[in-house]
Amino acid sequence: MGSSTPVLDIDVPVSARPAADDRPRGTSLTRDAFRRLARNRLAMARLVVVVAMCFVAVFAELLAPYSYTKTNFGRLNEPPSAQYWLGTDQLGRDLFSRMIYGARISMIVGLGAQLIVVSIGVPVGALSGFVGGRLDLALTRVIDVMYAFPRLLFVILLMSMLGAGLTNIFIAIGLTGWVFIARQTRAQMLAIKEKEYVDGARALGATGWRLLRRHLLPNALTPIIVSVTFGIPEAIFTEAALSFIGVGINPPTPSWGQMVGEGQQYLRTYWHLCVFPSIAIAVTMLSFTFLGDGVRDAFDPRQS
Amino acid sequence: MFHYVAARLLWLIPTLLAMALVTFLVMHATPGSPLDPVAEGANPLSPEAQKNLAAHYGLDRPLPEQFVVFVGNLLRGDFGNSFVYKTRSVAEILWGAFPVSLFLGTLAFVFAALGGLALGILAAVHQNRGWDYLSVTLATFGVAVPNFVLAVFLIVLFSFVIPLFPTGGWDSPRHWVLPALTLALAPMGIVARYTRASMLEVIRADYTLTARAKGLGEVPVIFKHALKNALIPVVTLLGPMFAAIGTGSFFVEAIFRVPGMGRFFVESMTGRDYPMIMAVILVYGAFLALMNLVVDLLYGILDPRIRY
Repeated sequence: MGSSTPVLDIDVPVSARPAADDRPRGTSLTRDAFRRLARNRLAMARLVVVVAMCFVAVFAELLAPYSYTKTNFGRLNEPPSAQYWLGTDQLGRDLFSRMIYGARISMIVGLGAQLIVVSIGVPVGALSGFVGGRLDLALTRVIDVMYAFPRLLFVILLMSMLGAGLTNIFIAIGLTGWVFIARQTRAQMLAIKEKEYVDGARALGATGWRLLRRHLLPNALTPIIVSVTFGIPEAIFTEAALSFIGVGINPPTPSWGQMVGEGQQYLRTYWHLCVFPSIAIAVTMLSFTFLGDGVRDAFDPRQS
Repeated sequence: MFHYVAARLLWLIPTLLAMALVTFLVMHATPGSPLDPVAEGANPLSPEAQKNLAAHYGLDRPLPEQFVVFVGNLLRGDFGNSFVYKTRSVAEILWGAFPVSLFLGTLAFVFAALGGLALGILAAVHQNRGWDYLSVTLATFGVAVPNFVLAVFLIVLFSFVIPLFPTGGWDSPRHWVLPALTLALAPMGIVARYTRASMLEVIRADYTLTARAKGLGEVPVIFKHALKNALIPVVTLLGPMFAAIGTGSFFVEAIFRVPGMGRFFVESMTGRDYPMIMAVILVYGAFLALMNLVVDLLYGILDPRIRY
């Protein structure tokens, strides 16, 4: 749409003529997707909540009025007050401060675990689908067995055997979580391998690594991104569930799930111990899930 | 058809064996042993006592032998004795607890199916109005929020604020409501979403228009003409749903003190009750696999285009 010879010789005012560099820029799938996401109000509202959570998690030290280990045995299980905004727990620790630090654990697990899951799942799936043959057969068998395992049960098994702790949570989620994403990446590889543009690239002499990196993986990205967005709340849920039963995060490090688990026994007398962390989990999970919906709609408009 | 079922059932054997092997390896590859109690305040056993116990339970044998012995016993339906409940066999314990979990799961399933259908129909008929928003909200809430958190909210709401139901126990039907509801909310939301989408499609179909044009009232149009056709995708959804919640949930069982299989999941694992862990994983895995098989067969019955 540059300044080529006009077909109709009409005198166009100079100001209305398109400037030379005003040509429509090439747009990419990612840029399109982000534009669609930015237009989705509900998803953007959730994004604000998620960003706020991350902010709280990063600056927990500055935001929390007390240390999460600071006990005050004179004021146990107190309901919310001006001094302790959300009350105190069984050891007289400030619930509000503990919840702020709890956000940190949730965010670390949610984002960190996905990093591990992707770095195992994508290579395994890509290799399996791309190379094919016996390797594919072997990997598919492994994936199938892992798939048959009741997932949460396996995570609990691993945690009770390895012992509670953040590192072990990463190990447990990493070992069980990669299966889904590997399966998806493999399916994508199988489908994309047959596309004409891959044949084209091959005809031009592209082989192995280059083909995989430049042609196959970028085109398999959409389902991977979507499954990562949904994987984050799932990891957060897993951590909360593990800590709820007492095989997740070690005390005194606070985790929302652990707080719900401990407070749940005193629900009638000290409702605040359980209800506030429950609300925190609910809000976080809802925000991430809605955001996930938004991301899916943005990257894959056909799905909605 | 027969071949298909037989093949699937035969495949179950290596899958379960692989599951047993993985579980076995995880149990033995990690530090700690059932002979040395990690419970707080527990005294360590003397080395002689540990040795005797190991010999009694066969834990002193080489690992491959232990596994083969386990599989051999399993073939005779013998899961062994629990390390924690020393006087009862694992099979006995699970035989008592599994039906409770199954009952809770079934109840939740009925709640979810009926509630989800009702909400979905209401949402479709009142598209973009009150009922619609309610069902969408419930659906997202149920799907996104973990069930132990839902349980807390439901207890606060229906035991404290409006004291309708007890907070826990398993003595009378009144005790069944809250745990079943907690378990049912997520699948109810999913059913409602599917029903709504499918109903909306059918309501716009030509035959619905015809039914209206010949002067039928709203009720027969919706229930006799639309619903029947809208139901097909929903029914296919119910199978995997039952597989997922049929055995209850240990979180829900723990919070509402339901004497089901749930607590053995966690107890056996933290207590390193080897025979119990194996049994729990295998029973659960086999149940899931069988349910999935039933689901696949049901697809074939509902949709005659699918052949095996």
